[in-house]
Amino acid sequence: MTADAPTGFRYIGRRRRPKEDRRFVVGAGRYAADVMLPGMLHVALVISPHPAARITRIDATAALKLPGVRAVVAGDELAQATEPVFTGLDLPKMKRYPLAPGVVRYVGEWVAVVVAKTRALAEDAAELVEVEYEPLPHVIDPEAAMAPNAPPVHADHGSNVFYRRRFVWGAVDADFGAAPHTIAYRARWHRSATVPIETFGVLARWNPATQLLDVWASIQMPKFPDNLARALRLPGSAVRVHFDVDVGGSYGVKRGLKHSIVVGYLTRKLGAPVRLIEDRLDNMRGGDAHGPDRIFDVEMAFGDGGLVRAMKMRAIDDVGAYAGRAPLQLGKPVGAIVGPYRIRSVAYEPISVSTNKTPEEAVRGFGQSPTNFAIETGMDLIARKLGVDRVELRRRNLIRKDEFPYTIPSGSTYDSGDYHAVLDKVLVAADWNALMRRRDAARAAGRLAGVGLSCCLEPSGGNAAFEPLLNPKNETTTWMEGCHVKIDLTGAVVAAMGTSSSGQGHETLVSTVVGEMLERDPETIRVVHADSLGALPSNSPVGSRMAIMLGGAAAGAARKVKSQLIAIGAHNLDAAPEACVYADGAVALATDPARRLSWTQLVEIAHRKFHLLPPGMEPGLQATHVWEVPTGGALPTADGRVQMYPCYAFEAHVVYAEVDRVTGQTALRAYFVGHDCGVMINPDIVHGMTYGGIAHGIGAALYERFHYDGNGQLLGGSFMDYLIPSSHEVPDITIVDHCTPSPLTTFGQKGSGEAGYLGAPAAIASAVNDALAPLGLHIASLPMTVAALGDLLATKDRAK
Amino acid sequence: MSQHEIALKINGETCTARVPARLTLVDFLRETLNLTGTHTGCEHGVCGACTVLLDGQPVRSCLIFAVQAAGCEVVTVEGLAPDAVGMSVLQDSFCEEHALQCGFCTPGMLLSAHALLQNNSAPSEEDIREAIGGNLCRCTGYKQIVQAIALAAQRLSVANAPTADLPKRP
Amino acid sequence: MKAVDFDYEQPRSVAETCRLLGETGREARLLAGGQTLAPLLAMRLARPAVVIDINRIEEFQGIDAEAESVVIRACTRQSRALADPIVQSRLPLLAKALSFVGHVQTRNRGTIGGSLANADPSAEIGLAALALDAEIEARSATASRRIPIGDFFISPMVTALAPDECLTVVRFPLPQGAVGTGFREASIRRSDFALAAVAVQLVLERGVCRSLAVSLGGAGATPVKLTAIEHKLLDTRLGDAELAEAGRLAHDAIDAVSDIHASAAHRRRIAGALTMRAIAEARDEALAGRA
Repeated sequence: MTADAPTGFRYIGRRRRPKEDRRFVVGAGRYAADVMLPGMLHVALVISPHPAARITRIDATAALKLPGVRAVVAGDELAQATEPVFTGLDLPKMKRYPLAPGVVRYVGEWVAVVVAKTRALAEDAAELVEVEYEPLPHVIDPEAAMAPNAPPVHADHGSNVFYRRRFVWGAVDADFGAAPHTIAYRARWHRSATVPIETFGVLARWNPATQLLDVWASIQMPKFPDNLARALRLPGSAVRVHFDVDVGGSYGVKRGLKHSIVVGYLTRKLGAPVRLIEDRLDNMRGGDAHGPDRIFDVEMAFGDGGLVRAMKMRAIDDVGAYAGRAPLQLGKPVGAIVGPYRIRSVAYEPISVSTNKTPEEAVRGFGQSPTNFAIETGMDLIARKLGVDRVELRRRNLIRKDEFPYTIPSGSTYDSGDYHAVLDKVLVAADWNALMRRRDAARAAGRLAGVGLSCCLEPSGGNAAFEPLLNPKNETTTWMEGCHVKIDLTGAVVAAMGTSSSGQGHETLVSTVVGEMLERDPETIRVVHADSLGALPSNSPVGSRMAIMLGGAAAGAARKVKSQLIAIGAHNLDAAPEACVYADGAVALATDPARRLSWTQLVEIAHRKFHLLPPGMEPGLQATHVWEVPTGGALPTADGRVQMYPCYAFEAHVVYAEVDRVTGQTALRAYFVGHDCGVMINPDIVHGMTYGGIAHGIGAALYERFHYDGNGQLLGGSFMDYLIPSSHEVPDITIVDHCTPSPLTTFGQKGSGEAGYLGAPAAIASAVNDALAPLGLHIASLPMTVAALGDLLATKDRAK
Repeated sequence: MSQHEIALKINGETCTARVPARLTLVDFLRETLNLTGTHTGCEHGVCGACTVLLDGQPVRSCLIFAVQAAGCEVVTVEGLAPDAVGMSVLQDSFCEEHALQCGFCTPGMLLSAHALLQNNSAPSEEDIREAIGGNLCRCTGYKQIVQAIALAAQRLSVANAPTADLPKRP
Repeated sequence: MKAVDFDYEQPRSVAETCRLLGETGREARLLAGGQTLAPLLAMRLARPAVVIDINRIEEFQGIDAEAESVVIRACTRQSRALADPIVQSRLPLLAKALSFVGHVQTRNRGTIGGSLANADPSAEIGLAALALDAEIEARSATASRRIPIGDFFISPMVTALAPDECLTVVRFPLPQGAVGTGFREASIRRSDFALAAVAVQLVLERGVCRSLAVSLGGAGATPVKLTAIEHKLLDTRLGDAELAEAGRLAHDAIDAVSDIHASAAHRRRIAGALTMRAIAEARDEALAGRA
């Protein structure tokens, strides 16, 4: 791709068609809703119309009388039969069940489920379930929720604050005291999410004869089978999650544990397969898949030249009515809390607040994109305050190439990078000066035009150090990934991974890596998704970890198989393994390459000729490898320092935007991103995720918001009002690659699954604010919608 | 319940069924006929995942009832390839450009693009973006999709069937 | 999101449609293109006992050029109208408006009459019809009548049509002279509902405006004709000062709504600006002699 792309690989880094694509273009993908079983029953939901209420009566008599209706189940029944849904924080008094037992806490919360022969019949019956409520006081605004007299979302918990701690890393007060300049600002990231086009769906079938629960779900969730089994009070061995289901997009949010508990319970109760496929309204209001909703109050202390010495950041996150994994999204940014900058001391105060809104779930980047936006807002404000060029300010603050590995105040060490080189590359590609001239010409013609810039990191490799950091009772220090590789008697290579995919191209990843190690054409390598009973440990595709972790596991397993092949060859060549070379699947004497055993011969020996195997070697050709996250394994220190993730990719965005002075519409007219995620396994896949991440970022920056009114009603609850960017809103994007290999990974790869999304909102905000600057206006609240910008521009009109 | 006998052509084959009036075309295709290549994304006519060709025109199959399609010709993604084992030039181009990730919007995207190429053999980028403007994709940011459709147009101007000799991306 | 159970009728003639509509005791909904009705059904916001599908009726299809007007039958698809040479040459304002309607996939089903009868406040076809002084023909089992478009839109999703009436035809009178048209719309994404939209048709005589129609939609409960602007700008050359005056009038005239997508004040600002832009577009087109 570029002169910097590492050479010496046979398959890695080269363009090749992803293995998965063909089945999708012929309509042969197999998603959760495509799995249909005879006698399958369908679920519809009865939901709360109140943001907070006590359920005083549920009467399903009329519903049960409808022909085709099999059952109506409400919260009390389910709560008695199951364990509460997984909670990430230490909140013993906050119980969460799929169906509200007794009290509802947000509009859309599930109160009961109706099971019928078709979804339409189930919906007919759901309308007939009579529920009486006694409304309770509610709270929608997160800051109001923190007040001592606020209506409690969970009365037993005693407060609406789920988590609060002030971390201090380094001499923050001294650095602030010594700095000649400070700024203080608020940055607001409103609630949006990645909203896949496929909603969440799950089908479960209990087989009483085998005592086995089969589950087909559009899931992307670490430890899902274990969590599901525990909630259903089943041993893990009684739950088989089929990971060969294609997931129609996730980007973090496909965590339908509560849905799965419901159908798992129902199929056992009714003796028939039961499926629950969210419709779009279910998905938006009660799918529990909203994203971060944050208020950042930030202070930065800096010198005359704009070098930032210290930062104080308070981050209030409105997690909605219940706490699953979502509050932990305040924890991950600790691993890149200074962004790509040499800020030497930090005070960070994450506050997780509960309100009567739909619960939050993990979203692409796990809290990093809002945090990056907050940091980058400060960088632009400092540049503006000092009158320093924004690019120059960042150059002064960026960590230098010669400083790696670089340890930040909160304890994480950045593995590698050349931030200045990437920034320079994207500035050249975008022709920064030409963009500025274009901007100035537009301004001269009376238009509002701006150029935006952002720099940020993508922490990758998906450790879970935020779990023990935010919940001392959780001592998770491994976030391993496994892979199984075998060569069968026909000489074919099969690799098994242990999780489902939602578009990341894992089959391509594994086949490329295994092919690289074994020097076999990846085209010939089959990759399967083992079900949860057959799978090795996996933590699912979260935290931009699969290229690193699954790639590392696959390479490790392939390396073991390769050493078996070499050992067999060496044994039969009467040589030491070190005296042999492996090439194209054959093993030969280094000194006499004509003396060799072919792939076919080696495979034959391993599978049939025990007498030719080296003593002590097990027959067949297979190996497993379960890889611990590099640099993982440690608990946080008492003051909360920890190595969060192992690898750090870097990206620098440049965007040109124009804002219509009257309508407030923002048009992105040019978009460039410099990206360094180390060695790319498959460039088309990395680029695709980056383009898509930027499109997500465009949505978060300009269009998408789950709006609530004061009564707790969700106003952006369908695709009519929740506005996802179309092909018209996403401009042509140019990616400029750079490669700084990671020293920690098998091939130098880093993660890239969150690429683009992490820097795009900040860059677009930077461009919009540059466009508004001539009017003396500034906005640090996302999304910068037509409504927000229109009203802001109107203030200037009146002033005239 | 209002039930109706219908006969229609789907991917070239005649099919008869008895359907309730309220059954949408997409649910009929998926749940009754098990043609699961057509996807349901929003059921209110915004996302385009359920796009099929109805008498040659791309339409949203969640906004049509199956009973309305009686006597019509419907083409779904399963009917785009020239035969059961191959791919159309457009499908092949989607693979060549990696114009998808999770694949969920892909069938609808393909049908919108297919209809475009039937009417416009040399579409501009703007034409392509307009044709797929009603098909939301959450994975790709559209770029590789636009490239794939442009590639397909270019290939179709050279030949009418996918072969190894077709132009590759530069 | 599955519709309530309903009966389904598929009449083969306008007369049969009217007869079915006239049957009392059942709440009926006409199903034309279904691009609005189907989502309402899916969300159970519409719960008719019977759905009368008028897509198979020949009499409801087609576009005819008459001497002084163009007639579009109710069930003519929007995509067909958009591509129609008569519409393109003789109703350029309608053609401009149609290009803003939905997406190609929805225009392939959506109909001209369905959009009008649906009376969405932000719908482009009704807006253009208002500027073009169109006339609606409606029939019931017992009578037929013509409704001036100015009397047609009552409130959001409510028209002058009686429950037993069906819209059969919309008739667009043809303007004479050096015609110019302008259509401007502001929406959030390209194909979203209009926050505000303005349709303009005017006739210039040696650069002087002799006829002007301005309608504005999307901002309030129904599309409205801005007659004050028409009176003010008639017999002027539509210079900058007149345009600014038109913008002010539009801004002040309308009763705009607030929602999550734009405040009422913002909608008025947009309406004012679009009015200026649309009149300028129409003026320049007439001056260039394109129409």
